[in-house]
Amino acid sequence: MATIQEKISALVPEATFSESGQLYVTVPDAQWHKLAKALHDDKESPYDYLIAIVGADWGETLGCVYYLESTSTAQRLAVIVQTADREKPMLHSVCDLWQSANLYEREVYDFYGIVFINHPDMRRLFLRKDWVGYPLRKDYNADPALNPIRLENEESYDTSYSVVEKEDGTLEEQRPVIFTPEQYVVNIGPQHPATHGVLRLRTSLDGEIVTKIDPYCGYIHRGIEKLCESLTYPQTLHFTDRLDYLSAMQNRHALCLCIEDALQIEVPERVKYIRTIMDELMRISSHLLFWATFCMDLGGTTAFFYGFRDREMILDILEETTGARMSFNYNTIGGVMADLHPDFQRKVKEFCRYMPGSLKEYHELFTGNVIAQQRMKGVGVVSREKAISHALTGPSGRASGWACDVRKRMPYGVYDKVEFNEVLRTEGDVFARYMVRLDEILESIKIIEQLIDNIPEGDYALKMKPIIKLPEGRYFRQVEASRGAFGVYIESRGEKYPYRLKFNTPGLMLVGSLDELTRGGKIADLIAIGGSLDYVVPDIDR
Amino acid sequence: MYDFSIITSWIDSFLRQYLPEWGALLIEFVLIGVALLLLYALIALFLIYFERKVCAFFQCRLGPNRVGPYGVIQSVADMFKMLIKELIRLNHVDQFLFNLAPYLVITASMLAFGCLPFGRGLQVLDFNIGIFFLIAASSIGILGILLAGWSSNNKFTLVGAIRSGAQMISYELSIGLSIITIVTLAGTMSISGIVEAQQNGWFIFTGHIPAIVAFLIYLVAGTAETNRGPFDLPEAESELTAGYHTEYSGMHFGFFYLAEYLNLFIVSGVATTLFLGGWMPLHIPGWEAFNNVMDYIPSIIWFFGKCVVIMWVIIWFKWTFPRLRIDQLLKLEWKYLLPLSLVNLAVMSILVVLGWHF
Repeated sequence: MATIQEKISALVPEATFSESGQLYVTVPDAQWHKLAKALHDDKESPYDYLIAIVGADWGETLGCVYYLESTSTAQRLAVIVQTADREKPMLHSVCDLWQSANLYEREVYDFYGIVFINHPDMRRLFLRKDWVGYPLRKDYNADPALNPIRLENEESYDTSYSVVEKEDGTLEEQRPVIFTPEQYVVNIGPQHPATHGVLRLRTSLDGEIVTKIDPYCGYIHRGIEKLCESLTYPQTLHFTDRLDYLSAMQNRHALCLCIEDALQIEVPERVKYIRTIMDELMRISSHLLFWATFCMDLGGTTAFFYGFRDREMILDILEETTGARMSFNYNTIGGVMADLHPDFQRKVKEFCRYMPGSLKEYHELFTGNVIAQQRMKGVGVVSREKAISHALTGPSGRASGWACDVRKRMPYGVYDKVEFNEVLRTEGDVFARYMVRLDEILESIKIIEQLIDNIPEGDYALKMKPIIKLPEGRYFRQVEASRGAFGVYIESRGEKYPYRLKFNTPGLMLVGSLDELTRGGKIADLIAIGGSLDYVVPDIDR
Repeated sequence: MYDFSIITSWIDSFLRQYLPEWGALLIEFVLIGVALLLLYALIALFLIYFERKVCAFFQCRLGPNRVGPYGVIQSVADMFKMLIKELIRLNHVDQFLFNLAPYLVITASMLAFGCLPFGRGLQVLDFNIGIFFLIAASSIGILGILLAGWSSNNKFTLVGAIRSGAQMISYELSIGLSIITIVTLAGTMSISGIVEAQQNGWFIFTGHIPAIVAFLIYLVAGTAETNRGPFDLPEAESELTAGYHTEYSGMHFGFFYLAEYLNLFIVSGVATTLFLGGWMPLHIPGWEAFNNVMDYIPSIIWFFGKCVVIMWVIIWFKWTFPRLRIDQLLKLEWKYLLPLSLVNLAVMSILVVLGWHF
């Protein structure tokens, strides 16, 4: 069996390799699509999961880092592809191989202006059509005169833009049609009760039947990644709580892990225990909120209050220790902000005793209901292959039978010391996604119960230097957030500021799969599917 | 037993003493109109408070509790708020139809409301095809809803209106058939006649299984007819924001809101009249003493008491069940309820012909 380096060298002799935590391959753009296809269709370990595309500005050139993983062998590979120049940057698209690349490439285009050849839909994803410049480039002109606050409405796209490579290698510009004038297009969102935030779905309807969805993101985009580039590492931490506010703990855990990895420091055992317990509490609270809002989306208003009633207990517990109920600001580099509250263990144990009874009540109230079952079963089915191709991680992926739990695949914290099951279902429909989340609450309780009495004594934080400088290199770290794999990419040039910091959030991919899932369903199915994917808008718009 | 016709006929003869017939009738019409409107508004206010409290208790909340003791005048305050709100005039809508729609809805529910027998001798519209008139009058409401959705010039309202049209026209069939089942049993279409026929036992007890089945069908179809959860698709807030009345403001919205609550009352009132004896007290044949005691409770209390029980059941539905999807909703009606109602009607006819009922 040839190693992956040998295989790549055989195919692309120009490829150069480097090691920085994992294998990085640099290939020229001309060979990139050929290599991508070979990697995707590899017999021994097909790289079928595209984790992230990180766009970057490397001064002379622009480019992307592609993180790939093989779901069968768990091998990871990162491919670096650079554009020829800055003036007309172009790369070959891989969205015919991985569907997740569709939105990732649009994001890169939006922020770096790299046009992806053969991408069917090269539009801006987050920013307005009339935005001047590409904000994440290092030479971006942030003069407010260029991009004043626009007072008129943004025009909607009815046609897109695409650059297609023809047989003879010449490029041709095309304008693919998104919606024809005959189509009955309804705006679901940005202000709509079921989009759980300001997400806009242009939905074309045929009576009650959804024929196409075109998601518009970016209504609350805050440019966090750009902001981070001018902040020191400890300052970047607090943004993570504001991405997916329902997995604030896990997000921050990911960034801290990434920085600690780069600094090569080992946090005390007590910190690992505390972080793991906090992550799981956060996960339970997120899944409770999912249950509440999902039932509300299906019209079961009473369930909404039951979910919030029980979530309140977790928020109270977290409030005592961290001082906040929403943006906890708890993890820091090398530890946590404050030690556990004296009542923490008692209250968590009380909650763990209380919650299973509550779950039983949920099942009686909603899961067993005939109407609810009919609304959920067989709706929005995703096969395992589709889930991987769309990079639907977290409970949504596990409902399709993809064992994608980062806690199992590459344990962090003390997940390697606890017993828990990775909840998997194979149906892949709304009901499966719903049940996976409810069952995960039980698993999280199991994890907490194993840890809560064994928290070792010791420091709750390491003493860190006031100025933290990361050694030069690329660092990528994932944790399992409430909605899926949350990744942090840091590119450091040895300064106290990150050169490039990218949050790879699960939410964007959930939205990316929405069109395919809902096509042919009813409006009510769209709401049910959207609810079951459980995207959170600040997670999409970073 | 109190008979309200004593008072009404006294007023009638008193007026006729001093006025020509047309004058007396005119004053009576005005009086009845005012009384009905007042009752209509009062019941709506009560219902809003009632629903909010009931749903609050289902949801581990307290509900309104600031305005007045236990929040009892909360809905009065809400009414004043609604009355003083601006009627926003929208561009690009069909002004005439847009403004007409809420009045159609409220007129339909007023007409149906007038048919209800509130107590012995307390019925405004009563003639030999009264129940027929009731069905016809309440159907006008659909027109109002369709118009509202259409004239608003909004895609969401149009989808809501089409949903509501499909839903209400479908469920009207089941309602009609379950009402006819009872008409077959009673042998009359006059509402007072139906109530009188239940003197010695409510139809739900005397009509055997077909009456119980008809009652259940009526309850389901009636809930659908009032656009309440789990059948609240026309205004499914998580799908269509507010459905057909999205664009309405102020009192025009208030009319839809009122009509919706009053339709809940009308559906329960009709169910009470048809199945639970209307204002008839609970009589058990042979138990003379018991029957006499029951007779001491005024008929109006019997009527409203039964109504409240049925309304409570319908509210219970709403706050327990999730919403159906449009195809499931129509499937339920056309594939299950309608055939069942037809069979039920046939069984009832056989029972009546053979005289097997009590």
